[in-house]
Amino acid sequence: MSADTSLSPGANAGAAAATALIASHAVCKTYTTGESAGRLVLDHIDFALKEGEIVAILGKSGSGKSTFLRILSGLTEPSEGGVDYRGNRVEGPAHGIAMVFQSFALFPWLTVLGNVELGLEAQGVPREERRQRAVAAIDLIGLDGFESAYPKELSGGMRQRVGFARALVVNPDVLLMDEPFSALDVLTAETLRGDMMDLWLARRVPTKGIIIVSHNIEEAVEIADRIIIFGSDPGCIRNEIPISLPRPRSQSDPAFRRVVDEVYTQMTTVPGTEAAKRRAEPIGVGYRLPDASIQQLVGLLEALSIPPYDGRADLPKLAESEHLSTEELVILIEALQLLGFGQVGGGDIEMMPAGREFAAADLQRRKQIFADHLRRNIPLAAHIRRVLDERPGHAAPEGRFLAELEDYLSEEEAAKVFETVINWGRYAELFAYDYDSGVVSLENP
Amino acid sequence: MNQRWGRPIVAWPSRFRPSFWDGVALPLVLGAIMLLAWASQQMSQPFHPGEQLPISLDPIYLPEYALRTVLRMAGALVASLVFSLVYAAAAAKSKRAEKLLIPVLDILQSVPILGFLSITVTGFIALFPGRLLGYECAAIFAIFTSQAWNMTFSLYQSFIGVPNDLREAARMYHLSPWLRFWLLEVPFALPQLVWNMMMSVAGGWFFVVASEAITVNGDSVLLPGIGSYISVAIDHRDLHAVGYAIVAMLSVIVIVDQLLFRPLLAWVQRFKFEEVGSEEVEAPWFLVMLQRARIFHLMSNLMGAMTKLSLRIGAKLPPLPPLPRATPRAGKAIDVIWGAILVAGAALVAVEIVLFIRGEVGSGEIAHVVLLGAITLLRVLSLIALASLVWVPIGVWIGLRPNLAHRVQPFIQFLAAFPANLLFPIAVVTILRYRLDVEIWVSPLMILGTQWYILYNVIAGTLGLPTDYQEVAAILGVRKWLWWRRLVLPGIFPAFVTGAITASGGSWNASIVAEVVKWGDTTLTATGVGAYIAQETAAGDFPRIALGIAVLSLYVVVFNRLLWSRLYHLAEERLRLD
Repeated sequence: MSADTSLSPGANAGAAAATALIASHAVCKTYTTGESAGRLVLDHIDFALKEGEIVAILGKSGSGKSTFLRILSGLTEPSEGGVDYRGNRVEGPAHGIAMVFQSFALFPWLTVLGNVELGLEAQGVPREERRQRAVAAIDLIGLDGFESAYPKELSGGMRQRVGFARALVVNPDVLLMDEPFSALDVLTAETLRGDMMDLWLARRVPTKGIIIVSHNIEEAVEIADRIIIFGSDPGCIRNEIPISLPRPRSQSDPAFRRVVDEVYTQMTTVPGTEAAKRRAEPIGVGYRLPDASIQQLVGLLEALSIPPYDGRADLPKLAESEHLSTEELVILIEALQLLGFGQVGGGDIEMMPAGREFAAADLQRRKQIFADHLRRNIPLAAHIRRVLDERPGHAAPEGRFLAELEDYLSEEEAAKVFETVINWGRYAELFAYDYDSGVVSLENP
Repeated sequence: MNQRWGRPIVAWPSRFRPSFWDGVALPLVLGAIMLLAWASQQMSQPFHPGEQLPISLDPIYLPEYALRTVLRMAGALVASLVFSLVYAAAAAKSKRAEKLLIPVLDILQSVPILGFLSITVTGFIALFPGRLLGYECAAIFAIFTSQAWNMTFSLYQSFIGVPNDLREAARMYHLSPWLRFWLLEVPFALPQLVWNMMMSVAGGWFFVVASEAITVNGDSVLLPGIGSYISVAIDHRDLHAVGYAIVAMLSVIVIVDQLLFRPLLAWVQRFKFEEVGSEEVEAPWFLVMLQRARIFHLMSNLMGAMTKLSLRIGAKLPPLPPLPRATPRAGKAIDVIWGAILVAGAALVAVEIVLFIRGEVGSGEIAHVVLLGAITLLRVLSLIALASLVWVPIGVWIGLRPNLAHRVQPFIQFLAAFPANLLFPIAVVTILRYRLDVEIWVSPLMILGTQWYILYNVIAGTLGLPTDYQEVAAILGVRKWLWWRRLVLPGIFPAFVTGAITASGGSWNASIVAEVVKWGDTTLTATGVGAYIAQETAAGDFPRIALGIAVLSLYVVVFNRLLWSRLYHLAEERLRLD
């Protein structure tokens, strides 16, 4: 690859404070669905990527972090505000910005070479040069020998290498990555991430800045100079954590663990239980419930109640010992907090008395406790129950609740939240649901 | 590498050196070129209404007739391809166009194909006065209508189903809309499209045969082809000739399958959007030849170069200026106005049609035709039920034996492709000999060609039933009727519904030729809207043809909405295996 551009230091964030490569100014995004007023998914986001910087964006699903990345890339238009890339307004995908996709997004009918050449072909680069640059990028990313392979012949890790080669071959200034490693197994992801970081640190790529959307906290702490945590509903920058750990970073380093703990705490703090920082508002009917499965919740509470945890656990350790991904853990921890079974502080989850009681109880008692907490702490569940109690037939069509949810959430998200509350409610025997007719009722078959 | 003409052949990589297959390929290519020249010359022959093109029953002429039939099919296929690319692209790219195009397509699908022939033939003749070309066009158009709609639907579905991440990648790497169409959307749609083409051609043989003998205002014209051959054979009560025609048709279907669809299906495997490599399809011999013979490399390089050139030009086209973005309110206003125009237009046309029909036909006759429709509906329903009773058990029995099933399936596809109307004379002879009731015994002809869809899909559905389920049923001792009710019937239901929908659509179409059948000067007529359309077409009575077609289409649409779409949704929602 021709590295004709001068590089600013990749690792040293302090020296690179100079210019913003790409910046968003008060970006808002509203999705209008049907006749309703529209839902705000991103709320005035001001952000700047400096030269030589890697920024990781974390946030639970639905916080709009992927949407934000697509706005930066020019794929999606912001409803308000704008994005500047090197001082120019971004209108549509700009030259100099490349993107790596979670699903790889390779064209299955093109070979590895064809996929890597694609961007050059679109730019009208002459054939010889195209071939040369593509082969160089393929070599760089460690895919030599696979030029004529079709994507379906490759493993996931190899496919994502093609994804990287396709992005790097156009010599991008800014590399955007949308959960690039999350479709890969842990080992493959680690190798690929390591290789990418080696290229970046050795300045073998002309890229001057990277933004990575991730849900893996360790990954973010390992590679980023700065972590942005997105809050949800509407998506906003909740927190910013600069990471000045020296490179290469080791996951076992105590300083590394401390940062991870801090990020965990930030990530798992639920608005309602968040004491100090913001308005402590109780969650509403339209709150995006985390789709935690009952089985996992019960399993987690049981695990927490016995040694080695005895009611208190370090979140990263818990994820490791219970074989949970960060994403799964974040969902479960949020659910525990919402239900009032646990609370988070200093990177630890601590069981609350109700959680202990639940773990110690038998099945019937557990259902009772769960039902109590649902009615008390989850407004949506309480609302459904109230409606059913009031109705003469003690039954209501799902459509009515879905419509209410769609005031706050997209159709898809509303369906997901409804499914979650139905699952919880069924376990608690708070209400019953008939799939065939789509009716929520009080009768238990 | 830039292929330049005049480069020394020896310097080419070994894969370009002549191979054994070139010996086979060269005559084929030359033959194809000469064939095209011959066909276009034949088609543009002068012709005057009232003339009779001599159709000889001597089997020596059958290869030529078969060729003419195939060329008609090929013409229709190319036309369908072009039509569906344009139509589907328009529907997929513009929300407003979609609002009009997709419902129109849905209705077009329900209009009986031979109805198109009755309506359009005079127009085509007027287009090329004194030439045979008009009749040829009418026949090709009828075949076109049997293929174009579902190919278009397939393309449209594929176009709107292109995965979002691929779209984003294409935009991210600045593919122009033109490049995006050819590098992303079309390749993505190809596997489904080829499969659909194969199905369409299979269905199309029926209509080639039916449309070669065209009757206009009482004058009947026989276009040289297998269909005309058999219709002459029927007039002469020549069972031998019927046999020859059947053999010729069988050969044509096998050859087209081997030379066109097997290679195509194998080739489009690479376009399949599956993350994991699925089962490898054995390369058909013809594809092997295409890939090995150097001459085809030359041709494909030439075509590749032309494609590249067009893409390059397309890539250099200045990007379209962004459309002035209407404010949401203005956009909504345009939507409302557009909707109003559509509704008003539809109302106007509906009034026109009613006036046209009412000008000739009284309300008594309209009611009568509606009643005829009900009789045909009864036939279709009972036939589907009957065919299901027969083929579901047999299909399940075959499907439970995968080895047998894989051997039987191509054979069934072949049966579905075989134009059942070639077999009508045999049925008529039987009815006459045993003095059977025409009203009842003509009915099976309607499902003769389409019942195979039920069998095929039931086999496929049974094959797709996870063996786990069967093992569970065996362990739990689920047997007999319970086994059918709890395991097999729900398990194959989605596949069965697909098959039954296809079969029923085919039967409606076949009613026009199946309710009136001839043998020599004996004509057997059953009561039904199909017979009504056939008779009025022969008489050239346009308002009545329009009435019959409208009634038939209406039945199909209502029937689809009330029965099939509901069953289909039930299958999709509740009984999908995942």
